[in-house]
Amino acid sequence: MKKVLIALLLCLLPMYVYAGEAKPLAKDPAVEKRLVNLAQNLRCLVCQNESLAASQADLAKDLRQEVREMIKKGMTDQQIKDYLVARYGDFVLYDPPVKKTTLVLWYGPFALMLIGLAVLFYQLRKRRRTVLETELTPEAQQRATALLNDEENNQA
Amino acid sequence: MMRFILPLVVFLVLAGFLYVGLGLHPHEVPSPLIDKPAPAFSLPQLDQPAKQFSPAEMKGKVWLFNVWASWCESCKDEHPVLLDLAERKLVPIYGLDYKDKPADAQAWLNTAGNPYKLVAQDTDGRVGINYGVYGVPETYIIDKQGIIRYKQIGPITMQNLRAIILPMVHKLEQQP
Repeated sequence: MKKVLIALLLCLLPMYVYAGEAKPLAKDPAVEKRLVNLAQNLRCLVCQNESLAASQADLAKDLRQEVREMIKKGMTDQQIKDYLVARYGDFVLYDPPVKKTTLVLWYGPFALMLIGLAVLFYQLRKRRRTVLETELTPEAQQRATALLNDEENNQA
Repeated sequence: MMRFILPLVVFLVLAGFLYVGLGLHPHEVPSPLIDKPAPAFSLPQLDQPAKQFSPAEMKGKVWLFNVWASWCESCKDEHPVLLDLAERKLVPIYGLDYKDKPADAQAWLNTAGNPYKLVAQDTDGRVGINYGVYGVPETYIIDKQGIIRYKQIGPITMQNLRAIILPMVHKLEQQP
């Protein structure tokens, strides 16, 4: 009986070992989900073309930990963004607010598109005018036909 | 005539933009902390861990707060400039040893020389985050009221010391 009991207890041992080791790995999934959502829209300052979620830079790891702790403290997404903006500026946001300094960023592409459209319309109108201008008189038309026929004959 | 002028104008505008782009430093992100109070902290001193340092002690003085680390290569480029500045006693330099092992930092200062009045030990980098540090070395000029007036991103060189940092320190020292 004693042996059986010991055997049973030994069977439980791996579970304890597992629980002990898994703890630091098993993060709160809700926190992680919010972290990823937030960090995808934040820029890593070290590798500026990477998001905070993707970057492996040391600072990005530290900031993810910081954000994780803020989430656990119950801060809202906006509060967390404000915290980072207060330290690193609007630059950390992939979706920066419309301000005096970001006007060109937000509206520059539309301005360029308008210029492009204006050039396109100007060119199209100019082309239509040239097409209208080259209407042929009946004589000229006849001559053109004759020349074309002549050319065809020559080729043949 | 127009068919020559238009491409020329487009080319000149593009060349102008590219030329300006050559002189930009996209890695230097303007700090939102300029003209804001230097974030408060209290950290152990590198050589005397039992003692703390807090920027509040610096009220009434213009000082440089230099963020560095023994693992940081460009800090080593900057080091002779800091030593020279310390020797001339123009402005006190306080250090923040960022995410570093105190023993490594102390060993580096012992061999290379110590330009700092005092170094605060920021082992976990929390104070660095509060100062918006993202690439060491970084240097802040803090005025008598404890307001951050300037942030240098990357190593201080003799040129920007002469052109920006010293004139600004001089100007701030005239202020109350």
